Amino acid sequence: MIRIAPNFILAASVLAALFVAGCNGGSSTESSSASTSTSGGGGSKLKVVFIPKDAANPYFKQVDAGLQDAAKEFGFDYQQQGPATADATSQLTIIKDQIQRHVDVIVLSANSPDALNEALDDARAKGIVVVTVDADLTGNESHRDVGILPTSPEKIGQGQVELLGKEMNYQGDFAILSATTDAPNQNAWIAIMKKTLEDPKYAKMKLVDTVYGNDEAQKSSTEMEGLLTKYPNLKGVVSPTSVGFAAAAQVLENSGMYPGGAKAVNGGIYLTGLSTPNQLKKFVQNGTITAFQLWQPKDMGYLAGYLGTAAKEKKIELKFGAEVTGPKGDKLKLDDKGVVFAGDLLTFDKSNIDKYDY
Amino acid sequence: MKRPEWIPAILTIAVVVFFAAISPDFRDFRYLLSNTSLYAETGLLAIGMTLIIISGNIDLSVGSSVVLTACLVAKFSSEGTPLPVSVLFALIIGTLLGTINGLLITLAKLPSFLVTLATMALFRGAAEAIMGPASAKVPHALKGIDRPDLFGLPYPLLIFLVVLAIVGIVLHRMILGRWLFGIGTNAEAARYTGFPVNKATISAFAITGLLVGIAALILDSRLGVARNDLAKGYELEAITIVVAGGTAISGGKGTMLGTLLSWLLLYFTKTGMGVNNVKPEYQLTIVGLILVLSVFAQNVAASFSNTRQPKPTKIQTG
Repeated sequence: MIRIAPNFILAASVLAALFVAGCNGGSSTESSSASTSTSGGGGSKLKVVFIPKDAANPYFKQVDAGLQDAAKEFGFDYQQQGPATADATSQLTIIKDQIQRHVDVIVLSANSPDALNEALDDARAKGIVVVTVDADLTGNESHRDVGILPTSPEKIGQGQVELLGKEMNYQGDFAILSATTDAPNQNAWIAIMKKTLEDPKYAKMKLVDTVYGNDEAQKSSTEMEGLLTKYPNLKGVVSPTSVGFAAAAQVLENSGMYPGGAKAVNGGIYLTGLSTPNQLKKFVQNGTITAFQLWQPKDMGYLAGYLGTAAKEKKIELKFGAEVTGPKGDKLKLDDKGVVFAGDLLTFDKSNIDKYDY
Repeated sequence: MKRPEWIPAILTIAVVVFFAAISPDFRDFRYLLSNTSLYAETGLLAIGMTLIIISGNIDLSVGSSVVLTACLVAKFSSEGTPLPVSVLFALIIGTLLGTINGLLITLAKLPSFLVTLATMALFRGAAEAIMGPASAKVPHALKGIDRPDLFGLPYPLLIFLVVLAIVGIVLHRMILGRWLFGIGTNAEAARYTGFPVNKATISAFAITGLLVGIAALILDSRLGVARNDLAKGYELEAITIVVAGGTAISGGKGTMLGTLLSWLLLYFTKTGMGVNNVKPEYQLTIVGLILVLSVFAQNVAASFSNTRQPKPTKIQTG
């Protein structure tokens, strides 16, 4: 009924012709790619690419800004190329493309701790330095050169307890509103908060409850309302998760139980935690929240740009457990899994929150 | 004007010439070949989808079926499972999932759109329930299908081409193909003509299921791990390839050659944009534009041609 043989002969010849057309300039590949990399003027600049979890996320725009700063200061060519959707296989395609573009450093915020292993091994086999930022290849650290995390769990746990302590005058009951019961970073921070509380300085502060909002606005609101009714003497709430924090802030504003609010008892309830400034700006401005904290994603981008290019130029060696020279001539310690922390917590309050946009 | 395939063919040539002219990284024969491994999975799904769409049906569950099969294979084939066992396991699960779709559609007399919309959620949900947030390591014997190659052709590409040829013969040369065209043109007429409508429909979904099994194996082998969030959007990419290749979404019309050419078009466009760092939002727009152009041009071509309706008569005589 339908003549099949000519169809497949046609298909095969088109296929062959296309690949031949594609490779026509194949022999000149090396010379032309060499000329593009030297066209930057003078010596050949290193090529650095940043692959965020997805292209639209404002958080990664901050990491991108840090990399841009590093590109100016250390003189490398820099581009960002993120996937449209945050999944592992879309990053995989980009990694393969970047290997083909002969980049020198790949800075990656990984969407999967293990699905990218093979591609990253390919990249490193070609001499590309692989740096992860913010999201590491947990359990598969050997597939990248160095992992940059924002700030240490110790600094976060201690910072949060100290901030709330200062607000509630180091005495009274407080609770924690977390994300999910099995979120590893949340649990690490909570463990350090508990350890910090053993310090005599915090002897009069009592952690009465830890509740979980599952990173959902609705559930977090319900949990926050539950805390307000269940603990009449509550002086403070720490929410080290941005979804829970924003929901809790709304509940606190509605209830009027914040310090200075219409229904504030005993000086009111202090709410603090970790969040990006944009999510909580209005609550700081209207007085529901006094202060909260977060790291600066920019620090990670800057450090990634420095470490990646310095390693490529063999100025430093990114060996796990080693100490390397930092961007300002300081000393940075890589732990036994090659993790390094980029900076400190930043505290946002009325005086500085307008300066930050992320 | 008789052949709708010339449109994706011309577009593909234009895309290749364009990117080869502007980009030395694209003019790399080995890279162009090796990168096809990333697109073999959706290509395989598109082959099955061609049968299904020609029969007037659709399968929205193929991406979910791939992830469920990939997860089950990785989970149950522990280190040391003989390779043939893992392969057989994947093919059986894939075929089973496809058959479930086919049975639900024919026995419950429900539209394929509804059934596969439901199984899309069901299969993905099952993968999430079985795996949780963790990932399963693929046994060593199964890994790295995209590494070795035969005369420079990566195995996933070879598998895709061989399967395309076989299913192409089934579609265009064998009785099942004739049934599918008939059902897609007019299911009631086909029934009265004595075509085994249910059997043919179930077969199309089962074949697609078998291809799902192959795609899941390639995915597992290429990544070395399986997780519940893989293969997202595979169903849309497969449907896109089929429709841009000239297969009528209303059924009854289409060719395997069109699917191949449209797969090439999508592959070269995406690869070309990738090595030129085109931003993902523009990539989506450009792929969308090319597809709209392709479908639009085919419709225009069809409206100028009065030789486009011969298939029903051919079926009756065959």
